[in-house]
Amino acid sequence: MLINDKFDSGVPIYLQIMHLIRRKIASGEWPPGHRVPAVRELALKFGVNPNTMQRALSELEREGLLRSERTAGRFITENTELIDTARRGLAEQILDDFIEQMTGLGFTGQRITELVGRELENRTCSEQKEEEE
Amino acid sequence: MSTLLEIRNLTKSYGKGPVLQNVSLNVDSGRIVGVIGPNGCGKTTLFKIIAGLISDYQGTVMVDGSPPGVKSKAEASFLPENTYFDGGIKAAGAISMFADFYRDFDRQKALELLKRFNLEPGMKLKSMSKGMQEKLQLILVMSRAAKLYLLDEPLGGIDPAARDIILDVILKNYSENSTVMLSTHLIHDVERVFDDVIMIKDGNLLVSESADSLRERTGMSLDQYFREVFKC
Repeated sequence: MLINDKFDSGVPIYLQIMHLIRRKIASGEWPPGHRVPAVRELALKFGVNPNTMQRALSELEREGLLRSERTAGRFITENTELIDTARRGLAEQILDDFIEQMTGLGFTGQRITELVGRELENRTCSEQKEEEE
Repeated sequence: MSTLLEIRNLTKSYGKGPVLQNVSLNVDSGRIVGVIGPNGCGKTTLFKIIAGLISDYQGTVMVDGSPPGVKSKAEASFLPENTYFDGGIKAAGAISMFADFYRDFDRQKALELLKRFNLEPGMKLKSMSKGMQEKLQLILVMSRAAKLYLLDEPLGGIDPAARDIILDVILKNYSENSTVMLSTHLIHDVERVFDDVIMIKDGNLLVSESADSLRERTGMSLDQYFREVFKC
């Protein structure tokens, strides 16, 4: 599922927000055990309706990525296994998209692996150069 | 969540044919509702009936339990498409007038919003651009602590940057006890803030459901769906 920050696709907005937050958690931008901002604040930040935001957060609670404590608020899970699973899920989606597009362009599996390998090598080289400079 | 607005079999005609035909719908409190449809589909008429400005209609309309009238006018804050102020009035004067008229008017909030939109309190209405006038009207309407805000095309003459501020104001103003109904044909810019969507075509109710359930059902954004339904 591709997510557009403008929330103008045909995908329900609460699902789009869930995806964005899952990404924040998987990337560590929202670290394990940290407190999640208030619904209202998040709604303003994402420019969506508080009810929509509430729904997205509740669904993420059901998935276990967030947990809520009656008086203290909502927190990001400390279960790193769950976070890892979420990260892998996101990676799979990206890879699916990528492979589909590359195959659409006519590349075979082997060529794709070669191209990715070369691209990664190039990147490491240029990073090293930057460090030397 | 309680029902704030209840409409049963609403029909309204002006001379020729019906502008609204047998419309039935419910709106809960604590929602932001998009009322969308092309020009002339009956959106303004619907708002005017809810606001109590048109009373010769058939069917039942209940705003917070009573038909539109003195009580509902005190609870519903209506932003009409066209201004009703005299051109000579200054922004500050309009604010004072609203403060006199409405018990639930928050002058402090109005002045803060004025500043946020970069409007001068001493500026006369007639020297304001169309967009500025619209902003002023919106400030007045949103500075009331109403149960129902009826915003008829509040985004029409407003530039995209100010549009974002307006959406921000609506979201900040959100409360579980009040509902905002906003009519627009600029769906693309605002669809992300809607809880529910009401779509009217030629006076008939086409859609009245949650925005996300419409997306789920059709696989389209509200904007895409609108274009599909009203294709010429």
